[in-house]
Amino acid sequence: MASMTLQDKLAILSDAAKYDASCASSGGEKRDSRRGGVGSSGGSGICHAYTPDGRCISLLKILMTNFCIFDCAYCINRVSSNVERARFSVKEVVNLTLEFYRRNYIEGLFLSSGIIRSPDQTMSDMVCIVRTLRETHGFRGYIHLKTIPDAAPELIREAGLYADRLSVNVELPRDESVRALAPEKRPEMIRSAMAQIRLEGEAAKEKTHTGRRNQRFAPAGQSTQMIVGADSADDVTILRSATRLYTGYRLRRVYYSAFSPIPDASVVLPLIKPPLMREHRLYQADWLLRFYGFSADEIATGAHGGHLDLAIDPKLAWALQHRGLFPLDANRAPREALLRVPGFGVRTVDRIIAARRQGALRYEDLVRIGALMKKARSFITVPGWHPGSLTDSSRLSDRFVSPPEQLSLL
Amino acid sequence: MTYYAPNLPERGAFTAWRTAARRLISHRIAPEQIDWTGNPGLFAGEPLPDQQGLHTANVPGAFLKLAQSVIWHSAPERFALLYEALWRLDIKQGAPLSQADPLGRRLNLQAKAVGRDIHKMHAFVRFRELPGDAPRRRFVAWFEPEHHTLEPGSRFFANRFADMDWVIATPRLVARFEAGALGFHPPGTRPDLPEDASEALWATYFANIFNPARIKLDAMRSEMPKKYWKNLPETSLIPSMLADAEARVTRMHEAATLASRRGSAAVSTRYRGAMKQPSDLPETLEDARDAALHCRRCALCEHATQTVWGRGPSDASLMVVGEQPGDREDLEGRPFVGPSARLLSELMAEVGIDPARTYFTNAVKHFKFAARGTERIQQTPDSDEINQCRWWLGLELAFVRPRLVLVLGASAVFAMTGDANPLPSRRGRVKIGLHGGPVLISRYPALMPMRQGPMADALARRELTADLREVARFSLPR
Repeated sequence: MASMTLQDKLAILSDAAKYDASCASSGGEKRDSRRGGVGSSGGSGICHAYTPDGRCISLLKILMTNFCIFDCAYCINRVSSNVERARFSVKEVVNLTLEFYRRNYIEGLFLSSGIIRSPDQTMSDMVCIVRTLRETHGFRGYIHLKTIPDAAPELIREAGLYADRLSVNVELPRDESVRALAPEKRPEMIRSAMAQIRLEGEAAKEKTHTGRRNQRFAPAGQSTQMIVGADSADDVTILRSATRLYTGYRLRRVYYSAFSPIPDASVVLPLIKPPLMREHRLYQADWLLRFYGFSADEIATGAHGGHLDLAIDPKLAWALQHRGLFPLDANRAPREALLRVPGFGVRTVDRIIAARRQGALRYEDLVRIGALMKKARSFITVPGWHPGSLTDSSRLSDRFVSPPEQLSLL
Repeated sequence: MTYYAPNLPERGAFTAWRTAARRLISHRIAPEQIDWTGNPGLFAGEPLPDQQGLHTANVPGAFLKLAQSVIWHSAPERFALLYEALWRLDIKQGAPLSQADPLGRRLNLQAKAVGRDIHKMHAFVRFRELPGDAPRRRFVAWFEPEHHTLEPGSRFFANRFADMDWVIATPRLVARFEAGALGFHPPGTRPDLPEDASEALWATYFANIFNPARIKLDAMRSEMPKKYWKNLPETSLIPSMLADAEARVTRMHEAATLASRRGSAAVSTRYRGAMKQPSDLPETLEDARDAALHCRRCALCEHATQTVWGRGPSDASLMVVGEQPGDREDLEGRPFVGPSARLLSELMAEVGIDPARTYFTNAVKHFKFAARGTERIQQTPDSDEINQCRWWLGLELAFVRPRLVLVLGASAVFAMTGDANPLPSRRGRVKIGLHGGPVLISRYPALMPMRQGPMADALARRELTADLREVARFSLPR
């Protein structure tokens, strides 16, 4: 143990951290180092590298320690797993973060941890790391702190003072699954922590009656992660659960993480290839919830038996079930309606609205604007183009499905 | 036909282009008459007119914004395209900045490419530290952008790394930041970068944060195009990471059959033993509260944040029972917060009831709602949910033992009396509740603003005040 080098620890504690999907570094407050310290943040996030799993590296994503007294079946770090264990000192995390940052490898730190001794003890050790970074070293980069849900409210408040984003993982879409697979976690505690983070964040934005600014609290808000495929919850259940999280706690993001086999996995879990396509469809549906005005129930009308269609995207699946609303006149339809056209993204719609002020748009104009006309053409009309019977054709959905592919065993 | 060939420098290209374009358009010189390529070939171009012409061209701000991006693009025709757009804006021909116009589309794509190149530079520059003991640490990087983006992209590094000196060298231009001042210099030979120990740690991180069970090469290549790989040290690891991926996944599967780590069962038993367990038969109000926090008697707990238990002294002579927690109460975990609860407290104080000596709770302890857009809309609990929650209400009544219960709202009245008949006819009456004690039936103040007009509002307020007077008579002496 004593002979473990920094490199050994980094290998273990980054390996242990990779099951957290989030690596976002956007949406923080605007800061830079012109008046001292080092680092900047604000504006869009930056992905400094990509690994072959297609995920970006924006932050140094590590665990403070992978020792853990909890026994969550889906987690590589659970107490009963045989993985090698390590623990960083405060100084080690601080130095790694700063040295990586100065070489422009990262935007900041994403710190998570296994639970050692008690939730409060763990949380206060993590807070100590971020406090050192901010106060001793004047670090102005981005910090995402994974919050331990059972930690005392004061510790969560202090964490919000230094972190840009806080997150509490709901882990699984149904309470029942959390209780079964993570016996030490309590769904109501997880939600209470999220509620506290929301309320503290709102209070920080308000001015006090004397006009003074309230104490800073996690300006980049909070996010959460849900594991997909470790229990039997269907996609509609997942999306309804996500809707409650968005409305209740004003989350910036819900991350869906396809359950991935972990070394030394618990025997209660399916050892399957991670359902990456399902994860992708859930993200598409999540975008529909957040930016396209869809509700989970509307998305559900395009699902089969509670599951999103893996062959076509959820907006198209919805549109095929609501052909009576189409075709739309792309030169007249309001924004909300255009957002529902398959093949039109938010940016396309905004461009259409800006461009049609200067005259009626034709088919080629839509192509230039960047609309995916292969999808959209069955659902819209423009001068010189009418889909005719295409919209109602019973074979319409076949046009969008890619040819079947041989599945491979894992 | 005379034609002009303005010469634009490598640095400060935007200002130079703008000055030239302004001069040319002031003489209404058409795009066909200008060669912007910088190498006019056989015929040397005319020098630009040395006086500003009579015509002034006004352009929208969006054009300048677009031009400030496009100017850094590597395509030689960018200056000509911008001038063509300027010309068309000036003579009001179509919408040359629109995405639907072929020229506009092209300019927008160029601007986008420049923006992306700047963004990728911010992402992919890799500094190495120069050894030495100067007071400011010194770093150097070699980078090959696709467009002329070092100049517009360097301010970012100056703002981020203000406390260190750094150099970013590119084949066309070198940016140097020393003692807080940013300058640009002509390119030299590619600098020799010293070894940097942090790079090995970075490689370790890159190799270990990768999940071998989910390979998505296309996603990686689209965001980290291969053209940048040669200057990214970590990319040399990718082939071996991929080669080993399948074997690593197989090893994970094999490891799954291993027995639990020794000693882990004891840790779990100890922790779980120390967790607060709800007791089936609570002996105090506090016990009852702890048990209720983990209540799963009905399905509401799955959607609500938390159990909203009552608050107030455990020996209060008056208990106020509302219907169910609202959005704010759900988030805070406290009953009777928010404007209508404040109004109730005010009215209580007016008739001489001390809110601090009163126990407040709800008939149903979990918030029931439907998510609509970004809001959670309160829904009335059904009779089964009320019946399930009566267990907790019963415990509160049994431990607090109030002399009188003021019940606000129809579902609370149903919970306390089992009587689901319409409320108005019973308002202001005292009944015997299911717990055997007196209950006074009234309405929740939140309902008042929903009524029509100030007259009705005043009436509802009067009614509630009258009920509270009755309460004061009944419950105060103890």
